Parts: sequence; structure tokens; C-alpha cells
Amino acid sequence: MSALKRALLVLLLLNGFAFAGPPIEFLDDAEQARFNALSAELRCLVCQNQSLADSDAGLAEDLRQEVIKQMREGKNNAEVKTFLVERYGDFVLYRPPLQTNTLLLWLGPGALLLIGGVIVLLNVRTRTRMIASESEPEQQPDQPGDSRSKS
Amino acid sequence: MKRIFPLIGFVLLTILLMIGLNNSADKEKIPSPLIDRPAPEFSLPRLGAPGSLVSKQDLLGAPYVLNVWASWCLPCRIEHPAMTALAKSGVINVYGLNYKDTEDNALNWLDRMGDAYGMHIVDAVGRVAMDFGVYGAPESFLIDSEGRIRFKYIGPMTEDIIQKELMPAIARLDESIQ
Repeated sequence: MSALKRALLVLLLLNGFAFAGPPIEFLDDAEQARFNALSAELRCLVCQNQSLADSDAGLAEDLRQEVIKQMREGKNNAEVKTFLVERYGDFVLYRPPLQTNTLLLWLGPGALLLIGGVIVLLNVRTRTRMIASESEPEQQPDQPGDSRSKS
Repeated sequence: MKRIFPLIGFVLLTILLMIGLNNSADKEKIPSPLIDRPAPEFSLPRLGAPGSLVSKQDLLGAPYVLNVWASWCLPCRIEHPAMTALAKSGVINVYGLNYKDTEDNALNWLDRMGDAYGMHIVDAVGRVAMDFGVYGAPESFLIDSEGRIRFKYIGPMTEDIIQKELMPAIARLDESIQ
């Protein structure tokens, strides 16, 4: 069993190394800055909680090479993103576009905040009213008849 | 009566988390934007015959399943018997797309595992697979006689998935042609 585990471990490590490609050599700082900013906005599809910039996965390496190639071909950031979205869907974007199926995603947090705020506000109001009525307990028994006659 | 509200909230939250947990396996399966769109153009060498290129046009006229696999891919090993059975059944043509592999390793793998596919095309650098939106192996595409992608499955196919998902997708092809 331990031999099998060891073999699996070696296999896992080998897979990682087999894919590690050469690092990208940037022409200048501006290109590097643009590449870093762009790849940080793109999601790695293999390890889904890492960006393309952070991931060591083989596909991420391929996609990084493709991104830098397209940048050097003169494509702008939007065009590079479109290339990836056409193949992998909106999922590759860390900031998905605002469209009908992402409305909840974009507006949900704000809506929740609003609902929470309203609940807090209502709570605070009822409590201040309760506290206010508790702080003047002596007057209250005399008042009811009065207030009723006013209304 | 007011005390029951937190309880209701808690129960709703629990249900929400349960749904999330139950769906977690599917999170790795990203819906492809290529469904019902034309398959990307390609021209790739045949495995074992590097001189002869196979293009998308060469495969038009009959639907086929394109199975992305590699010798380094463990789940491909698990799926292979089911895909072999599908290829042997003659229901549909099955072709392999050998992904980021070496020819020696790929041929050895087929020697050991058996090869019932019509043929295999070789994408050594993975650039065509990128056009197909492949992000791992195995993945399988159902491509109709006009070269459109009609169904995609990510991960190893099993007999069960072939019966429950692939076969109905193939049946829908026949309906749309009639």
C-alpha cells in the first residue's frame, strides 16, 4: 500500500514538473505590468480559485503564453479577454459582465445590505419606542384615556 | 411566536448550504460556450501517421464523438473501457484527440489499453484543444454531421453517463436531421 502511495506521489510530482514551461521573458516593464494586471483578472480553469497569474497548472502556462503572444500581436485587453471567453465562457473572468444571468451576482450584495439596513432600522425604532415608554411608566396609567379621547 | 424567526432563518441557511455542498462536484464542470456552435477549425496529424493531416472538413458528413485523452491522464484510463465499448457498438464514430502527449507514450498506452477508436488525431501543444475550450483530460465532444458541437462532457465517461447523457444527445441529433 505504501509503495502504491509513493508511486502516486511521484506521479503527482512528475505531472507538475512535466508541465512547467519556461518563464515569460518580458520586453520591458510596461509589458510586464500590463501582462500581470491582465492575467490577474483571468481565472485559471484547472484550479478555480487561482488567477492565471498565480497558477502552476499546465493549462494556465499555455494560456499565459497565448495571452502574451496576443498582446505582442497588438491585441488590446478586451480582445484577449474575448478570445478566452469564446472558448471557456464568462467563467474565466474574475469580474463577470453585468447581464441578466449575473444580475443577482452584481446586485445581490447591495440588495442584502439594503434589506439588512431596513431590518436594523425597524428594530432600532421599535426598541427606542419601547425604551421611551418604559422610561415614563408613572405617567402612562393616567394617559390612556387622554390619548384615546384625542384620537 | 417571534422566537421562531431565527429558527426559520437557520433552517433556510442549512438548506442553502446543503444545496451548495451537493452541487460542489459540478462546480468543476464549467458550461461550454461552444455548445451548438461550429467546432473550431483544425488540421492535425494522425497518430501513428504523422504525415497525414486530418481536418474538420474531412470529418463532416457523419456525427462523431471526439474524446480528448492523454497517456499521462489517469482518469482517461478509468474511462477507456466505456469509450471502447461505445466505439465497438457502432452507434457512432469515436475519434481520439491525443492531448499534449508524446507519440511513443500514446501508442504504448493504446497497445496496453486497447484501441477501438476510428482514429486518433494528435494535438501535441494543445493549441487546438484550447480552441475547443479544453481545460483538462478527459473531455468528450459530440459533433454533428455539419461540424457543430452539440454536447460536451467534462471528466471520465462511464457506461451510466453514456446511457443517460450521451445517447439522448445522439438521439436529438437524429431528430434535428429529420
